[in-house]
Amino acid sequence: MGTGRAFDEIWGHGGPERPRPEFAALSQWVAETPQSELHRRQQSAEATFRQLGITFAVYGDSDASERIIPFDIVPRIFLHDEWTRLSQGLIQRVEAINAFLEDIYGERRILKEGVVPAELILNNPQFRPEVAGIRPPHGIWAHICGIDLVRTGPDEFWVLEDNARTPSGVSYMLENREAMIRLCPELFRSFRVAAVDSYSDMLRETMRSVAPDARGGQPVCVVLTPGHFNSAYYEHSFLADTMGIELVEPADLIVDDDVVYMQTIAGRVKVDVIYRRIDDDFLDPLVFRADSLLGVPGIIAAYRAGNVALINAPGNGIADDKAIYSYMPEIVKFYSGSEARLPNVETWRCREPDALKYVLDHLDEVVVKLVDGSGGYGMLVGPTASKAEIEDFRRALVAEPHRYIAQPTLALSTVPTVVEAGLAPRHVDFRPFVLTGADGVKVVPGGLTRVALKEGSLVVNSSQGGGTKDSFVLLPENAPAEAVQTQTQVQG
Amino acid sequence: MRIAVEHLTQYRFSEPQSRLVQMLRLTPGDTLDQTVLTWRVDIDCDVRLRDTVDGFGNKVTMLYAEGPIEDIAIIVAGQVLTTESNGVVRGSHEPLPEGLFLRTTPRTLSNEALTAFARDSFGNGTDTLDQLHRWNAALAKRFPGVPDLPDGGLSAAEVFAAPEPSSRDLAHIYIAGARALDVPARYVSGYRQHEGGESAPHGWAEAWVDGLGWVGFDPSAGISPDEGYVRVAVGLDAPGAATIAGSRLGQGKEEMAVDLHVDRLGSDA
Repeated sequence: MGTGRAFDEIWGHGGPERPRPEFAALSQWVAETPQSELHRRQQSAEATFRQLGITFAVYGDSDASERIIPFDIVPRIFLHDEWTRLSQGLIQRVEAINAFLEDIYGERRILKEGVVPAELILNNPQFRPEVAGIRPPHGIWAHICGIDLVRTGPDEFWVLEDNARTPSGVSYMLENREAMIRLCPELFRSFRVAAVDSYSDMLRETMRSVAPDARGGQPVCVVLTPGHFNSAYYEHSFLADTMGIELVEPADLIVDDDVVYMQTIAGRVKVDVIYRRIDDDFLDPLVFRADSLLGVPGIIAAYRAGNVALINAPGNGIADDKAIYSYMPEIVKFYSGSEARLPNVETWRCREPDALKYVLDHLDEVVVKLVDGSGGYGMLVGPTASKAEIEDFRRALVAEPHRYIAQPTLALSTVPTVVEAGLAPRHVDFRPFVLTGADGVKVVPGGLTRVALKEGSLVVNSSQGGGTKDSFVLLPENAPAEAVQTQTQVQG
Repeated sequence: MRIAVEHLTQYRFSEPQSRLVQMLRLTPGDTLDQTVLTWRVDIDCDVRLRDTVDGFGNKVTMLYAEGPIEDIAIIVAGQVLTTESNGVVRGSHEPLPEGLFLRTTPRTLSNEALTAFARDSFGNGTDTLDQLHRWNAALAKRFPGVPDLPDGGLSAAEVFAAPEPSSRDLAHIYIAGARALDVPARYVSGYRQHEGGESAPHGWAEAWVDGLGWVGFDPSAGISPDEGYVRVAVGLDAPGAATIAGSRLGQGKEEMAVDLHVDRLGSDA
């Protein structure tokens, strides 16, 4: 734990005086910009976010006020070749996720060959028999993936979690960039930063590419939101806006004769592609939860008939489930034929006797997690736990080993961050976004960097005091001009 | 046995509805012991129908109707030829592995009392088929003469303690007990020809026996389904195999009426 032995992405291991040579310009920028000016810019960015309504609701917070996520003005920067290698790993992983979903809802070859225990899939509520046998248009399931990564060295990235349902956070990536261009234009002269505002174009092209019927004009694409009371509503309307497509609520859609229509003033319009931000459970009351008032009755029949593409596909939860995560290296190898380029964080499945023995012998070094837990509940962080806590977990593990996994405590990388007294290293994670369409897999050159603002903390969750940073991906000298982020490219 | 089914379902709405979307699981499929000779699903008003299958392999008809709709009748008529198979289901279309049917659903939730009763009923033997027959007989004895009733929405654990479960509740209890003892089990909806006549589609259970496959058990009759049974749909529980799942756009209440005749046409099987 702690920041002492962690790799700092800007300063390397040398500290503020001796930054990694590629980032000398950033260190100089920080040194030359007065501290009060950094704070002022940061406040200006946060004021804009508040105005736009990029807020999140803290669950269980009784005053129910929506908060904004704190923004840190010092960007995180990926070198071009670091990014190229990382992208290759992401593409391989997302291709495997799609192949896995295709297989698991079809032939289930991976179960027949015993690579993943069958009961882990079949007994998992995230495996949705209701959509078994459906092949989505163009065979694509996970059109938008967010892969959560942590880093421990220049080229050492580890996958912490896959998100193949409806990964959120892309509006932060885009708004953070806009704020940086407005507040720190000089940085975009010092660095050739890849533009991220093409994300909306990429997403719209991805959506169009998976329209069921390629004939006859432009496919009609929409964003389906549960409504304005949803905490991610800003992102829903933002995405529809920037893509130039309709934002619809469930009541705007009807299904007739296995075809989805949008009801407009001018009459019915056939809908080809739906980016739905409604969970599987609530999508179709005839197929999933009958008490859902958010759903579109018949939408699954239209989807099964091949008349509409749903982004992402229903049933994807089985691919990013915690219980499946530990098998991802085997899953990637099974479908890609080669070793996973991006490793998982080493995970001991306590259901396996050898793993259990190791974990029990190293309880003071590892992190123990409940397979079905989330938000830090049912978790032991060995290095900071008391003796009593460790002994409690020892008993729990011995009693029900199948309910637990364990992982080593990683020295997460840090990035210099504005604090009260100047700049200090703070731990970060990273969520890049990967788009898959009929035209292939693309990694958006940027992403969402979350930063743990508390000294030494490894918890980056926004609900627990985490913030965000812009994430620069540097381009080579010969990159085409339109790929480079310039000051004039972004319209407010 | 040649079985004729006439099954009328009528919905009346207190206010006209502007749209209806329904998912009908009202069409049986063929197995080695069940041949569908003729089968029609007719609607008494202007609708669009689309045939498909669901994830469990059941035949599904999607119904789309535009309002104003004050009432609608769904009329099923057909004939099926069955042969006796001692409850063993042979040659059915099975897109999902039996292991799926070990998961519980809100409706097939067991509790200690139910599981304990199932364990006692299973007995100490090691023959799964025999254990499943014992479980069936024990439930039939404990809950004699249960009626076919519309869905009450309770879990297996709840109806196990209820004074008057329906045949569908009893099937849920059967399924919950079997799954609790690691035997895959599922719900079947269909028709049953018997002396007393029928007031609603019937529900029973099927459980997995290695080497035999799916075997039917009807705890409301204490038997395995004979040639008087017509299998229509399977699911994890009754809602998952629902004969009609519907959604309507409009105010007011709905009333449902069912008229069902399941008749034996002779012994030409």
